[in-house]
Amino acid sequence: MNTHLQLDERGRLRHLLTLEGLPREHLLELLDRAESFAGAGDNRSKKHPLLHGRTVVNLFFEPSTRTRTTFEIAAKRLSADVINLQVDASSTSKGETLLDTLKTLEAMQVDLFVVRHQASGAAHFFAAHAGPGVAVLNAGDGRHAHPTQALLDVFTIRRHRPDFRKLTVAIVGDVLHSRVARSDIHALHTFGVREIRVVAPRTLIPAGIETLGVRVCHTLQAGLTGADIVMLLRLQKERMVGAFLPSTAEFHRDFGLTAERLAKLAPEALLMHPGPINRGVEIGGELAYGAPSLILEQVSHGIAVRMAAMAMIIHDRNPVAKGRRTR
Amino acid sequence: MKRHPPAPSSAGAPGTSLLIKNVRVLDPAAGLDFVGCLGIRGGRIDYRDRPPPAAAYADVIEGDGRWVMPGLVDLCARLREPGAEHKATMASEAPAALAAGITALCLPPDTRPAIDNAAVVARVNRIAKAAGGAFVYTLGALTQGLRGTALAEMSALKQAGVVGVSNAAAPLDNARVARRALEYAAGLELTVHVLALEASLAAGGVAHEGPVATRLGLPAIPVAAETTAIRQWLSLVEDTGARVHFGRLASARAVALIESAKARGLPVSADVAAHQLFLTEADLEDFNAMAHVIPPPRSAADREVLRAALATGVIDAVCSDHQPHEADAKINPLPLTEPGISALETLLPLTLSLVEEGGLGPLAAAARLSAAPARILGIAGGSLAPGAVADLVLIDPRARRRLDARHWRSAGHNTPFFGYRLPAPPLGVWRAGMPALVYS
Repeated sequence: MNTHLQLDERGRLRHLLTLEGLPREHLLELLDRAESFAGAGDNRSKKHPLLHGRTVVNLFFEPSTRTRTTFEIAAKRLSADVINLQVDASSTSKGETLLDTLKTLEAMQVDLFVVRHQASGAAHFFAAHAGPGVAVLNAGDGRHAHPTQALLDVFTIRRHRPDFRKLTVAIVGDVLHSRVARSDIHALHTFGVREIRVVAPRTLIPAGIETLGVRVCHTLQAGLTGADIVMLLRLQKERMVGAFLPSTAEFHRDFGLTAERLAKLAPEALLMHPGPINRGVEIGGELAYGAPSLILEQVSHGIAVRMAAMAMIIHDRNPVAKGRRTR
Repeated sequence: MKRHPPAPSSAGAPGTSLLIKNVRVLDPAAGLDFVGCLGIRGGRIDYRDRPPPAAAYADVIEGDGRWVMPGLVDLCARLREPGAEHKATMASEAPAALAAGITALCLPPDTRPAIDNAAVVARVNRIAKAAGGAFVYTLGALTQGLRGTALAEMSALKQAGVVGVSNAAAPLDNARVARRALEYAAGLELTVHVLALEASLAAGGVAHEGPVATRLGLPAIPVAAETTAIRQWLSLVEDTGARVHFGRLASARAVALIESAKARGLPVSADVAAHQLFLTEADLEDFNAMAHVIPPPRSAADREVLRAALATGVIDAVCSDHQPHEADAKINPLPLTEPGISALETLLPLTLSLVEEGGLGPLAAAARLSAAPARILGIAGGSLAPGAVADLVLIDPRARRRLDARHWRSAGHNTPFFGYRLPAPPLGVWRAGMPALVYS
């Protein structure tokens, strides 16, 4: 489902809304393009002229600095004109509707909207109502999807463990509220990983998640043993109020990852986190940087991956890339 | 005092007698299903039998394999007036209901202002009278302003003509208020209409807790939101003996609770919204806001159990749960849209569709649409007995029509069923013997 909206009649990527159902070739092309951007050395100019004269609007209805910044840098490196709009969700409820916001900005001849919104389905909504020349890139909608985060995750994994079919990936933490987890699951499946596990207390696992092809584990031991990649999710403090958990301390005792636990349960595993990290909650501070941790690498890959997505959506809609690097 | 439609004038004015012959007569109140004749005179039925009557009638309609049944009685339809006239008005909705075969409907009390005192009842009646169309009955509020704290003046509401009391979709503060409300209503012999949904479990939810909500990341409503509420109400019914009607059942487990309560002889009844018998969680795919309704469409297995329970009568009635919206209410990301379906005009076609599929007999369908809801409201209706007020619908069970906005009468175009090919709307509708609509 949902793929028809983001692909045009020739099957090319028109918007990027979700990785669910997105053909493997498209994912590979995105990663390969990202590779070309990431590889464009630190010595040479980082600037590409691909989106020269195009206008990109970062339309964020949720506060965000990190993600918005990476989108902004990505667009600027492609020579696009970038506008950042941080919209207070409450102001849109006072009169101007979301559709009004979209149409008003569209009238200013925007080429691409990078949209983040707290409601699941918001990016689909924008794409469904966008004019013919306007593209939408989902930067996170509610609990539904965060496709560029998942792309940078698989991009990072591919650089270290290129044979996805041999991998066991454990996603640990608040899966219920996580759009990152959902998008990662779709991307990892598309690349054929051997096993995906979600690891959390029952209250943070959404009903029927098994139908997405994952194994549910309720202890760190069961979830991590034999894992090649451990992806931690950020735990929001609000979850204590909603009676999902007794305390962050108890969560850390049972599900928090420390260097010691990682060494014991999955000594070979690489560690990932979409950031920002909560030290002493889902992750021990000692794991933030250094050997098994790919967290900073993820951040830097975010720019290349977002450049690839923007370039593929706006500049060049050829479905098949040359010189692809697989797996 | 219960308010009734004005009695038809008994003076047999010219042109007010009608005979429908060679028609399949479905009279659920009498349990009759036969091919024969139905005569109307002076606004009332005066003949119902197989052989043609001896008396003469001014007009004669050749039935030719069509069906005649009592006018539909809709247990729950919001007409948006007073208070939300930007969505719809009585003048738009009550005639739309009548054209759809609904000769009487019941308005829940969550208008603005809420129907929590006699003056609002009078105001609603006045608007309804001016609007024409389906006859509008009202439920009174269970608590003042539907705030869930202090009891509304139910005795005054009863005097003003309400046919039951309800807190609509608004929660009650606690079980003590619920129990007192049941006791008080029972003392007045008022049925309490309940939408069983535990607010703390349903809050913020937009979809059935299951694979679809999980995949789309939609805030979920567990089945327990419905069953914990039903169990609490049933416990209070056991204590008080109050008569409770459970509206808009949505899950298999809810059906099981109602079935066992009925088996134990508790004075309860239940209905289901017609769309609940067709939609499932899968209809929310692609973030389809038109299928956003509370209670949410649940699993296909739940839907099958609801259909079976309607056939056996565990669920007494089917209603529209009509909630018309202005277009803007659905133009948003799904979780931010307003729940509800404009459903007057699909009540009969969807129910007939079940008949066509064979899961529900024609007479049972007529019962669930007319006699049962009339009984639950304690009003006349659902009968074709000689002497009864002639509220009738004439349908052609062979005719089908693609549901299309061009034929739509309600001001609310929020339906997920546009484009569906369904049994056609009625050929003719009579209210108190007056033809409201006769298609040529």
